[in-house]
Amino acid sequence: MPDCPYTLPGATGDWEVVVGLEVHAQVASKAKLFSGASAEYGAAPNSHVSLVDAAMPGMLPVINKFCVEQAIRTGLGLKAQINLWSRFDRKNYFYPDLPQGYQISQFKDPIVGEGEIVVELDDGETITVGIERLHLEQDAGKSIHDLDPKATYVDLNRSGVALMEIVSKPDLRSPQQAAAYVRKLRSIVRYLGTCDGNMAQGSMRADVNVSVCRPGAYEKYKAKGDFSHLGTRCEIKNVNSQRFVALAVEVEARRQIAILEDGGRIDQETRLLDTVKGETRSMRSKEEAHDYRYFPDPDLLPLEFEQAWVDEIKKTLPELPDEKRKRFVAELGLSDYDAGVLTADKERADFFEAVADGRDPKLAANWVSQELFGALNKADKDLSDSPVSTAQLGKLIDLIGDDTISGKIAKDVFAKMFETGDDPAAIVEREGLTQITDTGAIEAIIDALIADNPKQVEQVKEKPKALGWFVGQVMQQTQGKANPGAVNKLLKEKLGL
Amino acid sequence: MSVTPDDVRRIARLARIAAPEARLDELAGELNAILTWIEQLDEVDVDGVAPMASSVEIALPMREDVVTDGNIRDDVLANAPRSEEGFFVVPKVVE
Repeated sequence: MPDCPYTLPGATGDWEVVVGLEVHAQVASKAKLFSGASAEYGAAPNSHVSLVDAAMPGMLPVINKFCVEQAIRTGLGLKAQINLWSRFDRKNYFYPDLPQGYQISQFKDPIVGEGEIVVELDDGETITVGIERLHLEQDAGKSIHDLDPKATYVDLNRSGVALMEIVSKPDLRSPQQAAAYVRKLRSIVRYLGTCDGNMAQGSMRADVNVSVCRPGAYEKYKAKGDFSHLGTRCEIKNVNSQRFVALAVEVEARRQIAILEDGGRIDQETRLLDTVKGETRSMRSKEEAHDYRYFPDPDLLPLEFEQAWVDEIKKTLPELPDEKRKRFVAELGLSDYDAGVLTADKERADFFEAVADGRDPKLAANWVSQELFGALNKADKDLSDSPVSTAQLGKLIDLIGDDTISGKIAKDVFAKMFETGDDPAAIVEREGLTQITDTGAIEAIIDALIADNPKQVEQVKEKPKALGWFVGQVMQQTQGKANPGAVNKLLKEKLGL
Repeated sequence: MSVTPDDVRRIARLARIAAPEARLDELAGELNAILTWIEQLDEVDVDGVAPMASSVEIALPMREDVVTDGNIRDDVLANAPRSEEGFFVVPKVVE
């Protein structure tokens, strides 16, 4: 058992954290889970609402088959048990953005059971995180509290949109692990195409369950699955970025430790993360917390399907990040690090594969992950906004390959491509950057250098490393356009090295 | 199963139903009578019978993922006591 990666020192000794996450991932469907209204983001208030979503009396839910398929697909991607029989329950609570007075969810019998995912950490280590379950449920509407001091404004556009709630086991032991888990989960659903993973628009958000314990307690829990060894947990609701997930774990753990060290007790409750102040605060009053009085929804029959359908869906699964990463290492000869960077996101992997198609994969990997990602990062741009296309980056690599330009000049050309979006060939032509491969011209420069610098010629015969000075001189005189291979070869010949 | 006046107070609060203190005993009595009546079902021997989810033997009907509804904002808002610029407007719900 590895040491706990994260301990917080207290006045009474060290503390460790135990974290489990409930991630809500919006199904990438056109229509809602139980109605034919659009699930699209950003429409005018209450325009994507049917009488079912508004919970008008007598309206009945009819399930969207595509949403069921996406839940199965995601379950398969999480290497999880798919339940051929599941059921919907009503989770009862009152809030103005929940017109039914209950959320249709799956409590006792979810569509997907236990699974696991492998999570890469920032230091290159990996951990395996257990998935407890995945179930389908409805989203609620949206309440806006700041338009009027005395009123709340309600938009039901999200009401009834299909969500997959993916629940992890309490296997995460640090803020970084929790953030890395969300990153990997997001990557998987984006590869699968079951959720767009857009955290800023709320298509993916996390409830973070945090508790603290003394060193050794977690191992006791693990040994027998006995939760009594763990501390009382609090749930931090609706955290909407990987960074904030890490922040929530850290500040909540510190809050709990301060209470425990003062001899206090942790109340199990729901809390909100204040990202500005860097603290969590209580959200719902205690007497109402977690009394949802679940019962089977009498409006819906059990959700049953054949294994044959699951098998059919399984056949259409894309290559997932873990397999892609292994293939990039085994078949393309990339380093594990490069393969990890390039497969972290489907968009990146697709971009790289398009550039590498028919070219040296290592060279392509360098240009994509070092140069392009570096430049995008600096410009604060997403890959989807890249001014350089896959075809253009490929052509640049071809220009190096056929000796039209040197690798060094290529970096300048790339900078101009990034700036202007122009084709590399056009830039090379316009700026006159074509590499000098004419040995006669290079020879003339070298001859003059040798004639003018007898001292350096003496030195280089004693210390061959001093050759670099001559290479530098030739490059300077040709504005970097001389072919470095040809320069080295000619210099060695002429200097008799 | 027995319902106490405290249970009634709590259930009423969760369901947002007004249950005056003076009537809690009476309501508890009524609820207990209903539960006792339902408990007659315990007399039926259901050993070895799978729990039944529905009395009709049909599969859950499913719809295709096609947008067929919505864009009826005015209908949706028609019964709302107050609405503004397309939103439902309700009394403030956060402190």
